[in-house]
This record gives sequence, C-alpha cells and structure tokens, in this order.
Amino acid sequence: MNFIQELGVLLKKNIREYGMYIALAFIMIIFTILTKGLFLSARNISNLFNQMGYIAVLAVGMTLVIVIRHIDLSVGSVAGFLGAIAAALLRNNFPLIPTILIIAGLGILIGLGNGFLIANVGLPAFVATLAGMMIFRGALLVFTQGTGTIIIMNDTFNAIGNGYIPDIPNNTNYHLLTIIIGLVAVAFYIMSDVRTRNNKLKYNFEVLSMRMFVLKEIFISAIIFYIFWTLASYNGISWTFAITLIITLIYHLLTTRTALGRHIYAVGGNPDAAQLSGIDVKKITLFVFGSMGLLTAISGILYTSRLQSATPDAGNLFELDSIAAAYVGGVSAAGGVGKVINSLIGALVMASLINGMNLVGVGISLQYIIRGAVLIAAVVFDIKTRSSAK
Amino acid sequence: MSDYILEMKDITKDFPGVRALDKVNLKVRRGEIHCLVGENGSGKSTLMKILSGFYPHGDFEGEIIFEGKPQKFRSIHDSERVGIVTIYQELALIPELTVYENIFLGHEIKSGRLIDWNKTIAMAKQVLEKVKPDLDTSRKVKELGVGHQQIVEIAKALTKNVKLLILDEPTSSLNEGDSENLLKIIKDLKKQGITSILISHKLKEVVEVADSITILRDGKMVANLNKEDGFSENEIIKYMVGREIEDIYPKRKKREFGEKIFDLKNWKAYDKTLGRYVVKNANMYVKKGEIVGVAGLMGAGRTELALSLFGNPKNYAVEGEMYFDGKKFRFKHPGEAIKAGLAYLSEDRKGTGLILDFDVKTNITITGLRQLVRGFFINENEEIVLAEQFKDSLKIKTPSIEQKVLNLSGGNQQKVSIAKWLFVKPKLLILDEPTRGIDVGAKYEIYTLMNKLVEEDGMSIIMVSSELPEILGMSDRIYVVSGGRISGELSREEATQEKIMTMAVDY
Repeated sequence: MNFIQELGVLLKKNIREYGMYIALAFIMIIFTILTKGLFLSARNISNLFNQMGYIAVLAVGMTLVIVIRHIDLSVGSVAGFLGAIAAALLRNNFPLIPTILIIAGLGILIGLGNGFLIANVGLPAFVATLAGMMIFRGALLVFTQGTGTIIIMNDTFNAIGNGYIPDIPNNTNYHLLTIIIGLVAVAFYIMSDVRTRNNKLKYNFEVLSMRMFVLKEIFISAIIFYIFWTLASYNGISWTFAITLIITLIYHLLTTRTALGRHIYAVGGNPDAAQLSGIDVKKITLFVFGSMGLLTAISGILYTSRLQSATPDAGNLFELDSIAAAYVGGVSAAGGVGKVINSLIGALVMASLINGMNLVGVGISLQYIIRGAVLIAAVVFDIKTRSSAK
Repeated sequence: MSDYILEMKDITKDFPGVRALDKVNLKVRRGEIHCLVGENGSGKSTLMKILSGFYPHGDFEGEIIFEGKPQKFRSIHDSERVGIVTIYQELALIPELTVYENIFLGHEIKSGRLIDWNKTIAMAKQVLEKVKPDLDTSRKVKELGVGHQQIVEIAKALTKNVKLLILDEPTSSLNEGDSENLLKIIKDLKKQGITSILISHKLKEVVEVADSITILRDGKMVANLNKEDGFSENEIIKYMVGREIEDIYPKRKKREFGEKIFDLKNWKAYDKTLGRYVVKNANMYVKKGEIVGVAGLMGAGRTELALSLFGNPKNYAVEGEMYFDGKKFRFKHPGEAIKAGLAYLSEDRKGTGLILDFDVKTNITITGLRQLVRGFFINENEEIVLAEQFKDSLKIKTPSIEQKVLNLSGGNQQKVSIAKWLFVKPKLLILDEPTRGIDVGAKYEIYTLMNKLVEEDGMSIIMVSSELPEILGMSDRIYVVSGGRISGELSREEATQEKIMTMAVDY
C-alpha cells in the first residue's frame, strides 16, 4: 500500500473522529482569508480562547450529563446567579479564596439538588432543570434589583477572566513560560502516544503503521506548539485558557481512565445492564449533576470576572450554547457516546464562528442562523458517519 | 362436521439457523373453541403471527384458507379485514384513554369529519352488552384490572366484525375468578357463532373449554385431539414433551455436596406497579457445589424470583429471610449482592445483560472494575491480560478483545456475559436462561463450563430455564415454579418431563 492510499484508508476509517477537526480547520481558513489574516493573529487567538472559556467549561460537564441521557437547562441562570453572589461578597470585602470556595460549594449543592430531583424523585431532567433555569433567573433578578450591575473592584478576581500567567524573567519579546509549557505539552503528548502504541503492539492490537504514526505525531505536535508559540508572542497563556485546559485534562482522565468514568459511560450505554452489573445508577446521576454544578460555578466566575461585574442578564443562553458545543463535538443523545475533548473542540468551533463573523461584520441575526445551520450539519454528519461505520 | 372456517396447510417458517415451523397443519371448525398448546418455543406464537399477517405472505411456505378462500395476508390489517382478530398477551390498549375511546380506536365512528362521541358511547355500550354489561364505558383503561382490560380488548374485536378470535394466553396474568369469567365469555361468544383459537399453558382450562386441541412440539404438529374422543391432561403433557433427551449434556462425575450455602425462607415479592405478588412464599436452598434447576413456564415468576434475590433492582416490596454463606441478607442494590458473592446472568443479554456499544474487554470487567484500580486509574494492562484469559478459557470467538460485543454472534455474546460474572468470582451464580437463542455447539461449551465451575471451583449454581431437557440434563435438584410460588421439588433421579410439566401447569 503506498502512502497516499494508506492516508486515504485512514481518513475514511476515522472520518467521524477527524471530521470535526477538518471542519474547524476549514472555518479557520475561511475566516483567515476573509479577514486578511486578522483571524489568526496572536491577539485574536488569545481573545478567542478567552471568549470560549466559560462555554467550554460548561460543555465539558454537559458532555457527561448528555452521556447519561439527561440534560441540564439550568446552567446559564445558575452561572449568572452564582456570579452575582460572588460579586456581592467581594463588594462587601469578603476575601477572595473563601468567596471562590463558597461559590463552588453552592454550585455543587445546586447540581446535587437537580440530581436528587432526577435520580431520587424521578422528575425528567428536562423539567427539573427547566424549573431551575426559571428559579435562578428570577433569583438573579431579585439579587441585582436594588443595585443593578454590581461592579467588582477586586483586581485578583478580575485577573481570572482578563489576566495572563506570569512569566519568568527574560529579555526576549516572547512569553518564555508559555513556550516552555508548550514544549512540555508536546513532549507529554508524544510520550503518552508512544506508550499507548507500544502497549497495543505488545498485545498484537491494530496500530498505525510507523510512518503514519510519525506523521501524525509531527502534525499534531506542530499544531499544539503553534498555538502556544502564537500565545507566547502576545501576552502568553491567559488564566481562563489555563483553567479551561486543566479542567478538560482532569475530565479527560476521569472519563477515560477511572472506574467512575467507565461507570458513567456504562449507565449511558445501557442503564439496566449497568444496574444489574452492580453500578448504583442513582449515585452516578448525582455525581454527574454535582459535577455539572461545580463547573457551572467555575463558568460563572470566569464570566463575571471577564466582565468585571455581575449583570442581571449574565449567563443568558449559556445552557444552549454549551449543549450545542457538546453536540457539535459528537455527543449522542441516545446515551453512552461522547468525549470531553471533542466537546472542547466543539466549543472552539462555535466560538470561532462567532469570533470570525464578528470580525467580518456579520449581523447578529444572520449569526444565529449560521450557528443553527452549523449545528444541524454537525449532527447530520455525525449520524451519517455513525450508521455507515456499523 | 367438515365445515372448516380455517385451514392452514403445510406451513413452514425458517428463521436464520432455525426451522421454527415444519409443515404444520391446523384445521379449525366453524363455531368451535380450538386450543393450541405446546412448550415454550414450540412454534405456537409463530404460527399465529403467520395467520394474523404479522409475517406477510411470501415470508413462509404453505397455504392459508379462510372461509373457503385462499388468503394472502400482507399485514395485520389484511387479516382483520376478513374477520381474524388477535388479542395478544401484552394488551394493545391505551391506558390513558377511556373504555369507549379504546374500543373504537383506529376505526372511529364519524359524522362528517368529526368523531360522533354520542354514537361512539352508545355503540360501546351495545357491544359490551354481549360480554360485560356492567362495565362503565367512561372509565380510563388504566383504572381497570387486567381481567377487565381483556374484556375491553374482546369488545374491541367484536366491533371489527370478528369471525375468528385468537387469544394468546389470555389468562396467564389473571386470577382464578377473572379467568373463569373470561372463559365464560369465550363460551358465550361461541354460542353467538364466533370461532376462537385459544393459546394456553393452563391445561386444566384447556380441557374444560376446548372442542379440539392441536399440540405443537419443536415446530411440528404432533397431535390433533377432538372432544368426542375425550381429553386428559396427562395425554396432552405426553404429547407436549414426548421427545427423547438428546445426548448433548456432557458426562459428569458423581458429586458430593457441601453445606447449605443459600437458604430462602418464606420469601415474598410484591410488585407495586403490577399491584400483585410476583413471588409467593418461596422456600428453597442450594448446597455448595450443587446445580439447582428452576423450571416453569414463561410468566411463572422465575425471573422475578431471581431478581428479588439479586439486590432487587425492580424495587419489589420483599418479605422473608435469605441466608447466604452463613449470614442473613436483604440486599438493597445489585452491587451489595455482588459484593457478598452473588452473581446473576440476565435472561435478556442484549436488553439487560451487555452494554452493546462497549467492547469485549470492558463488558467483562464492568462488574468489578474497582479490583483493577491502582491509585486513581484503571490498570489497563492488567485489564487486557484478564480479558485475554477469559477469551481463551471460554473460547470467545472475536477478532480482538477490543471488538464491540454488538458485532459478536449470540453464543459468543453469551460467553462474554458469563465471563463478566466469573470475573467477580461469585460463590453462587444464578443463570437465567443460560442457553437461550444459541447454537448447540455453544450450548455444550456452556454446560461443560457449568460442570467445571461446580466440580473444580466449588461454586454453586441456580439455573433458571424454560427448556425441560436442559433442566433434566444439568440439574442436581429441581424446583418447579408456577404462578409465583414453588409448586414442587424433585431430585435428579425422580424428575421426568411429565412430572415437571404437571407441576408447572398446576395453578
């Protein structure tokens, strides 16, 4: 088999996996051309990652919720509500770390409340979280009624959504720590891939041919390094981007390598079989909604910090944006299928669309129409490639 | 005497790998009650599905002659049009609608384009006059008991101008009073000239109401009995089971059993959604190293019994005492049962046994994943080694342990289902229909494995099965379940198919 043929077979076999990356590349190229390179500029890329942070974090949690065949419509209102509480606490000179811990704790409690209504009381997730969406939207309005927008004066808090990680002293124009982190990320990626491949070889499982493997490693390493290089030539890694990456990494490990993660996918794949296999479906449901609550709190903090204030309409439509991101990332409503990394990429696809369309000057009404069309296209693609894979 | 309303001639139907019906002839005289009996899987339901057009013309060989005319039904709609109506075990009523809405569902009475509700209610009352005059037509079907729901189904059939009524085990979920009532209605309908085909496992009622009986066994018609010649339950049972046990059961050593490892006393399970006891006062025990067979007909409560023991996932209200491995237990969740050393192989491997989208490896380890966790993460190398061991020892035919179980054959899926329970090394393994729907070769392998587990590993096994030869071939001792209670216990030596069947139909 010659090289081109092998590449063709590989692409065809993994079209589902690679489809979204190809779509992302396509969107980025189009906008780069339309904006004469502005889209891919260091400043815009940095901006793009900051814009997508609070949705990406929600999309990661939403992936698990959809994997176990539920939905959470309350996350937007709850994120807005928790952001307002944070702002209020900070305004009353409450210290930063306790504030963040309180917000995280409240988020978990609210999530567990949803989980309890769904797993123990037996409400459909749609209804329980729709009620949450209304209740917390109302609570946010009540909370900001007297004050209107709550301005936050705490610089450390505001840095979460606007600041960058510090650099080690050097006399270049580049953010040196960012470059080092980029190199570490590349090394980590290659090492883990080589380890997986060797393992598979040991048990005679199917692996990529050596030349394909090397090509893939070079290609992906280049992309990873390019991203960090670009960021380094601007202000470096933002706190938002760092938090998003760390959360995604933790959830990636949780879902792919822990018993809990395996149990979550088992419950999504076949709840009855999972229960008869000794998995406590109620506990899993509680955990998934509790984790959603925690991520909602983080999303609320990121957004509030980015705006440096809490507003009455904060968090509006976040739930739908994050659900859309997860679906674009290939999560299946039938349950049991979906990867958190792909949902992150899904969030990036949607954020790139918005960012690019804003740069080009597309009106907001047309933006909604295009985003809707992309969502349908992504899911149609997913369904088509799934049925052909069987 | 030769006025046949229905003749089915030389009906042959193949499913992949199995011949479900082999040149079956069924002749039904006009105005009689014709009973169709046979063991589970003997082909009764398939035959009726052919008659109703569920399996369309061309999907089988043979001929259907109804009222003197050859028929080629392409759908259920076609058969209903000539007057053949089937009432299935799972009723086709809409619970949230009223009696009269259900009776005319699908063929509503209209004036113009709108439904004429007054006329509908009047007609519903008129139809119910014939079967159950005091039933309130404005009640919702969900508020009625199963017995009355059956009557609504019959009333619905009557409005379709039914000539031949097929009833698939109508009394299996009814109590005695409701059953008698229903049988009386069928007899009344006979007086009004409606012919019925009744499928039933309850031989007592068969003998009572039938004018003639057709008996199927392994897809063949083995007997046709007429009332004039007299019926007896024993004769029917003999025809139903009359096959020799084939030599497909592996030889085994003379076994010695240990202490009682499992003991169940006055065990009851009440299903809150059905509103009745699914297990009534069961007493049973299992000794170490013993294979205990649980026989019974479908719907007798065997699976319900097994589930009520294994952590009660259906949330029955459970009473009674269970002793397992020297301790008293009442599991709240299957996870607790597994931890204590119990395992349950589901009767429905695709529906509740396996996660079809998972691969072989992950399906096997899902029951005891925590054993493989080192630190935070699953040790995937250990997992692979373990799964490979099961693949080899159970001879699971799969290209790789990373293959989705969806793509395996039934027999190999079943081996994966068994492997996932052997992984947790249970002390007592409950196998619910362990060889359902798999080929003879795989069956033999599973039987051999069962013998090895009790002989070499000291495991105990409860085997629930609908197949009598399997029960006789594998069990050291047999319990027979009927109508939710244990109706008999037989040793390996005294057990025969006839004795089991007699207990199984004893309600």
